[in-house]
Formats: sequence, structure tokens, C-alpha cells
Amino acid sequence: MHIKSVSELSQALRAKKLSSRELTEHFLKRIEEKDPELNAFITVTKAQAIEQADRADAMIARGEAGPLTGIPLAHKDLFCTFGVRTTCGSKMLDNFIAPYDATVVERCRDHGLVMLGKTNMDEFAMGSSNETSYYGPVRNPWSLDRVPGGSSGGAAAAVAARLSPLATCTDTGGSIRQPASLSGITGIKPTYGRVSRYGMIAFASSLDQAGVMALSAADAALLLSVMAGFDERDSTSVERLEERFSENLDAPLDGLRIGLPRQHFGEGLDHEVGACVEAAIAEYKRMGAKIVEVDLENTDLSIPAYYVVAPAEASSNLARYDGVRFGHRAENPQGLEDLYKRSRSQGFGAEVKRRIMIGTYVLSAGYYDAYYLKAQQLRRLIKEDFQRAFDNADVLMGPTSPSVAFRLGEKLADPVTMYLCDIYTNAVNLAGLPAMSIPAGFVKGMPVGLHIIGNYFDEGRLLNVAHRYQQITDWHSRAPKGFE
Amino acid sequence: MDWEPVIGLELHAQLSTKSKIFSGASTAYGAAPNTQACAVDLGLPGVLPVLNAEVVRMAVKFGLAINANILPRSVFARKNYFYPDLPKGYQISQYELPIVSKGEVTIQTESGELKTIGVTRAHLEEDAGKSVHDAFPNVTGIDLNRAGTPLLEIVSEPDMRSVSEAIAYMRKVHSIVRYLEICDGNMQEGSFRCDANVSVRKKGESRLGTRAELKNLNSFRFVERAIEYEIERQIEVLESGGAVIQETRLYDADANETRSMRSKEEANDYRYFPDPDLLPVEVSADLLAEIKASLPELPDAKRQRFSADYALNAYDASNLTGTHELADFFERTVEVSGASPKLCANWISGELAGALNRAGVEIDQSPVTPELLGGMLKRVADKTLSGKLAKQVFEAMWNGEGRADAVIEARGLKQVTDATAIEALVDAVIAANPEQVAQYRDGKHKVLGFFVGQVMKDSKGKANPGQVNEMLKKKLTG
Repeated sequence: MHIKSVSELSQALRAKKLSSRELTEHFLKRIEEKDPELNAFITVTKAQAIEQADRADAMIARGEAGPLTGIPLAHKDLFCTFGVRTTCGSKMLDNFIAPYDATVVERCRDHGLVMLGKTNMDEFAMGSSNETSYYGPVRNPWSLDRVPGGSSGGAAAAVAARLSPLATCTDTGGSIRQPASLSGITGIKPTYGRVSRYGMIAFASSLDQAGVMALSAADAALLLSVMAGFDERDSTSVERLEERFSENLDAPLDGLRIGLPRQHFGEGLDHEVGACVEAAIAEYKRMGAKIVEVDLENTDLSIPAYYVVAPAEASSNLARYDGVRFGHRAENPQGLEDLYKRSRSQGFGAEVKRRIMIGTYVLSAGYYDAYYLKAQQLRRLIKEDFQRAFDNADVLMGPTSPSVAFRLGEKLADPVTMYLCDIYTNAVNLAGLPAMSIPAGFVKGMPVGLHIIGNYFDEGRLLNVAHRYQQITDWHSRAPKGFE
Repeated sequence: MDWEPVIGLELHAQLSTKSKIFSGASTAYGAAPNTQACAVDLGLPGVLPVLNAEVVRMAVKFGLAINANILPRSVFARKNYFYPDLPKGYQISQYELPIVSKGEVTIQTESGELKTIGVTRAHLEEDAGKSVHDAFPNVTGIDLNRAGTPLLEIVSEPDMRSVSEAIAYMRKVHSIVRYLEICDGNMQEGSFRCDANVSVRKKGESRLGTRAELKNLNSFRFVERAIEYEIERQIEVLESGGAVIQETRLYDADANETRSMRSKEEANDYRYFPDPDLLPVEVSADLLAEIKASLPELPDAKRQRFSADYALNAYDASNLTGTHELADFFERTVEVSGASPKLCANWISGELAGALNRAGVEIDQSPVTPELLGGMLKRVADKTLSGKLAKQVFEAMWNGEGRADAVIEARGLKQVTDATAIEALVDAVIAANPEQVAQYRDGKHKVLGFFVGQVMKDSKGKANPGQVNEMLKKKLTG
């Protein structure tokens, strides 16, 4: 069951060859057997999953099923789930039972998707290796001594290891695409505003966007169609006609203009990873695409700009964790200041504290203009670079990450090296564009991801471009040893 | 030495919306603690603010009323600080780009001159919750019902030069927000609050002195007393060779003094930045035009119209336009009674105001409605009722005895204007008092008052005093 595509499973469910109960129990069993090696889940919601599966079977019986009714999925543990612990990978929220559902969770539930559990992640989504989680690191199914990427590392490992056919996830600077790349699966980060942020615990509000991880673009398209859409509870969500992202998957790619950003193939890129990406681009040429070189001049400024904007917003977003109303509270506080200091010192990990400090600093009187304002100006330049590139190209392609998955602990001591993992992905969030990562080969047994960036609200085309490649390659259907 | 105070006010008007500025929770006053705080107000992880469109309309109304600039795109910012009654750790406010800027308010100074006070800006923001320090031993309670209540903060230029100017300005703004029906103006419930920036300088000096910001001024009287106290305090400091330090001071109404709360050095760095959860607030030209067309008549315009149309003096015109409820009451009374506006004004500012005051009732809750009062004054105007007996009728109406005509009828208060009846009374009084008649005829005309009094007494107050007067004169002289 776990190697079938979601649309195959969906057909089987609706033909009543398979019940959602059976399907759900199958995945729950796989989680029980395999997850101890990976640590992809923080919480497995077995009882709720069975209950939701039965509800889905009833929907199917009544003929009320949608394309994903009865299909199991896992939610990243920063989507609030009613009555279920929602930790954000932090000790701070270890005791937090969400009293409401995030819009994404609500839409999935209403559609009849079945929640298997909540996936592990870097603490407050701050990290590129899933090593900052209070619940311990996640291991990469392709090699257990390597990281799966982050921050949606649990989601990536769960999908790669076939513990869940689909997973929700979020991307603030690459947190969907980089782990998808390092774990050999398909991930899509939609245009900023496409999916509601309501109920998604904020890291950096102007960059955060929810998306999907799956084994293929076709599967991802199905879940994205359920998740996307305007939400009046999120002022930054965009009002557009609802789209069915599966409709255009098969469109031919003749004449597609693929832009290759010069800056994504330069120094710092592992040459074997580069070779995989070039081979993938050659496949696209054979499918009739035209290749153009484009310039994203300010690529090297995207990391500094990102590491001002994201921490600035985070420092404010995380101020609510003060031990007063919910979350971790220090014992026997000796007054207000002591309550704040000890609750926050104990509740947050090192990386989160580092970013709160940076963010507080860049917003301080006397530094605001030099850092925050300057970063906003850079952000505009970066956006303009992309706009110019899209004058000559329909999509942009390059590597998602400069290297394959690194070893656990390898980059933990040096935050800047860790930050450079997201050199190709950060800028996309600063510009608010949609982008994907799809499997495009292996280097020494570890997966390589092809990064595809689209113009605003062009997710349909991205999925089409990814799907056509997946029809002629089998990288995406290879499973890691031990998880076949 | 001659000192000149310089005063600027920051007024917080709570906008009278049904729901909060960024959530759907109710804003009603007085509910049990934390029963009107939803997930958004509690600042739970993952929640997002959504702007209540009504507050934008209200801010625009105010901006138009004070002839200010309305920004087509204003921006909400986060003001970051930690406090237990501030659930998110930041207050959503407007900072660099407020919705309203550069307005003006005209006040009348004590000498009767008109003076324009500049309004630097008026911006939208959310209120914080309330810390309750005295409800539980050793711990502080937090009530978040007020968290997220919409406020319009109205910041004046330091244009006021006396306590009375400051109060006049505050009353004027109070009256404008109430005319616009964007704030109920209730100071006890905290719907209209004031912080005052006060400094003093030598007369003739153009530089501003160091200011202190006074907080906790929750009535007109406290504002007045606190500023008075603070001016005296600063003068004393300066005259004894000291320097005023820039600080926030809390007014203690019981002790009638201001006390230092925190100095500039201890002040927070609020780390303002645009709130990424909210889009810029757009006010289109169409919306602006629509709101402009819907603006009610404002206090200044109404005052001028009252002077012109009703021939009222400056005092009456200004007094009767203090609130729109009072102005409406007056206009309706004039309409119903057909009596002279001056007569109506006198009754409203005199008898009615006194009764309302004694009973602690607002004019829109008055048991004597404009219809009742107008009905009575109609009878005064057509001489059915004497001014003296009208007070009796008024009291009866106040006590719920019905319309004036009914009271007059029931109590037999109709004025006697029948000449024959009056003549009989006059003749009787003259016949009974020959001594006084002699005095009058000797030129002691003062005794006329005695005769009038007697006749009125005999008529139980119902005789028309004018008629009595005339008839007595004729007969006594005759």
C-alpha cells in the first residue's frame, strides 16, 4: 500500500477495494515499526487517526468523498491541532494542547484526510538539519547517520520512509525544499499568501508559507488543491479563484523557457550535485524546453537580508512565550522579571535564543535603519532581480542545496555554515515566489534535489514541469533501503 | 519671575465598535474577567489579527471633523514590550504612518477669544488588558476582556498655555467624538482617557522646557488638578535652582500630587516595526467621499447656527451645543412649543438641567422629554400657564403625571385671564385695605406690590399678574 501513488490509493478507496481504516492501520503500523530509527514523529495520534479513518469510510460510503478522502497524512508540529499537543519542536510548548485547529488542518479534516500524527521539526522552524528540535534529531532514511534537512525534517523523513503518503510542512527560508532535496522527495512551497497561515505557529510572518511534501508532483498537487485558498482569518492570504492543481499536469513542455541563474551554479556548489542538476536540465531540453541564462545579481545578499528580516520578526513573534498564559513556566518565580527570564531561558534552545538576540538587536533604536530598513531595501532588489529573470524565463532551475545531506553534528557548531545550506532557497522567500524541489539523482547514495522556481501564483506550471520530468525518470519512486 | 506653562495632551478615545479591533470578541464593558477574550486576544500560538473595517471609518470621520490629512495608506506597527496584560508581547499600533495627521481643533479661551490647537496625529491601536493587583493576596490577576479594544490616540501639539486651555481642548475633542458617535466618552469606564505633557518656561522664551508626562488622569477634574499641581511643582524646582527631569509621573488623586513612575533612562526601547501580519490600511477616495457626505453637523457649526437661527447669546449657544443630545433636545423643544428659543433655552439650562443633575440622569434619559417640555412651554407662551405655576407642572411631569395640559386640568392651574373675575378680586382687596389705598394715593407707589401679592394670593396664583397689575393701577389712581 505504501508504494502506491495517492491517486491509486484514492481510486482503490472509492472502488471499496480498500478501506481508509485498513490504509490508516497499515501506516500506523509502519510508523510503530520504523519510526524509532528515524524519530520523524513527535506525536502519533493513533486513536484520532482510526476515528477519522472510520469517518472517511462513512463519507466514501455516502458518496461524499473528495479526491483525498480517507488518505492518511502527517502534520508538521507547528500546525495547531484541536485537543492535540502542538509543540513546535520546543520545550516551551511541550505542554501546549492547542484549543483550535489551524486552517490547513481544518481544511484537511473537512476533506476527510486522516491525521496520523505530528512531525518533528527544528525548534520554532529555526534550523536546516532538524537538530535544534527539543525532541531530538531526525535521521535521514537514506543514511541514518545523516540529517534529513530542516526545518521540516520529520515530514521529509516520514514521506521518504513511506511512513505517510503525504505531509504538510512550512517553508520560511527553504524548510520544505531543502529537506525534500536531502531526503529525496518532492516538496512545494507555494506563493506567499496562497495557503492560510492561521493556526500555523509563526516564525517569520512575512516569509512563512505552508506547503506539501509527497512522493511525486502529482500527489503534491492533490493535497495543495485542498490546502490552498483564501482565508478571512489571515489578512495576508490572497483572494483568488480556487485552483485544481492536478488539471494541467500533463501539458507539454514545448517551448518552455527555463532560466538558469548564473549565481546558482558558482562557487560553493558540490560539483557532483551540479552534474545531477545539469543532467536533469538536459532531460528538459529533450522535452522541448529552451534554456536561457539569467542573472540574480543579489543572490549573495539574500543570506544577510534573510538573517536580519527573519530574526527581527521572530524576536517579536516569540515574545508571547512568557510563561504567563501557556507554555513552559519557571517554578517558584520570584517576581515578574524572574518569571520571564527563567521561563524563557529554560523553554528556548540555543538557536532560538540566538535568533531572538539578533532580531532584538536589529530592531533596536539606533540600529533599525542600518539593519532592518537596509534588509527591506535588499529585499526589494532581490524581488526585482526575479522579476527581470521572469521577463525571459517561465521557470528558473538550479540545485536546491549546494550539497547532499551532511552528517549529524557536522555543522551544528558553526551557525553560518548551516545558514549557507539555504543559499539558493532564502531569496525565494524574500521575494514570496513559489518553488519546488524534486529528486534528480544521487551522489554516493544520497539524493539530489532539483530546485524549480516559478512566477507568482504559477504553482500549476511548476507542478506540470515537475510531473513531466517524473514521467520519464524514476528518481522519485526509489525508496531508501529498509523502507521499501 | 513670570512662568509660562506649555501643555500637550494625548487623548485615548475608545471607539464604540461592537467587536474588537483585530478579533470578533465583544467590547461590552463590565463582563466577568476573561469572558470576552478569544484566541486572538489571548495571543495563542498561531493566531492572526484581522482589522475591523469599522475602526477605519471611525478614524476617518474624526480626521475629517478636525480638518486633518487622511493617509491613503497607513501602516500598523508592533510596539514591543513585555507586560503580563499584553498577551502577544507587543501592542499593535500605528507609528510612522498614522491614519490621521495635521488636524486642528478650535477652542474658546477664558477671555472669549478663539484659539486653534494643532493635532499632530491620531492613530489606531489596540488596548492592553488589565492587571488586577488587589484581588488576590501576593499575586496579580490578569483580565484580558479589554485586550484588543479599539482606541484612537489623539496627540495634540504643545499649543496650550494654561490649564483652562487644556481643559477646553479636552472638552472640545470629547464633544467631537461624541457628536461623531465614535466614542461614548465615558471617563469612569475608561472610554476617554488623557495623558498630559507638561513643561514650564520663562515668559518670552521660545525654547521648550523639559517636560513630564502625566498619567492616570481619568476625569476632567483630575486632569485639571494634576496639571495645576505639576506646573507648581516644576516652577518650584526651577525657582529653587533645580532642573526638571524628563520622566513619566503618575497622578495620585487621593493625595492630589504627581509621583515619578520612570525616567527617560528607564524608558523602553519599543523596537517598532511594521506588523507583517497586517496589510497597509487603504482609504480610497470613494470611501473618503462617502464618509464626508455622512458626517453630522459638528459642534462649531451647530453653535454658529444656534446663534444665528435662534438668536441665542454666545453663552446659551455654546452651552446648548455641548453635546448633540442636548442640542437635539433643545431644537425639538423649540419645534414642539412654538415658544421663543430664549424661553426654551432658559428652561433647559435652568429647571431641567438642575433636575437632571440632582437625579444624576443624562439628558437622553430625561423623564421630561422634549415633547413634554415643549407642550408645557406652549402653554406658558399662550399665557394659559404662569411662569410660577409652570414650575409645579414641570415637577409633576418629572414625576410621571403626564402631559402639561393634563396636569393643568387636573390641578386647576389654568391662569385666570377673565377680566370680570380679576376685577372682582381687585375690588375686594381695595375695599378691605383702605389704609394702603390712602398710602398709594399719597404717592407711596411701592404699596402696589402689596396689592398685587394679595390679589395673586386670593386667586391661588392663577390670576394673570400682568392683568392684575394694570387693573390695580387704574383703580387705585382712579
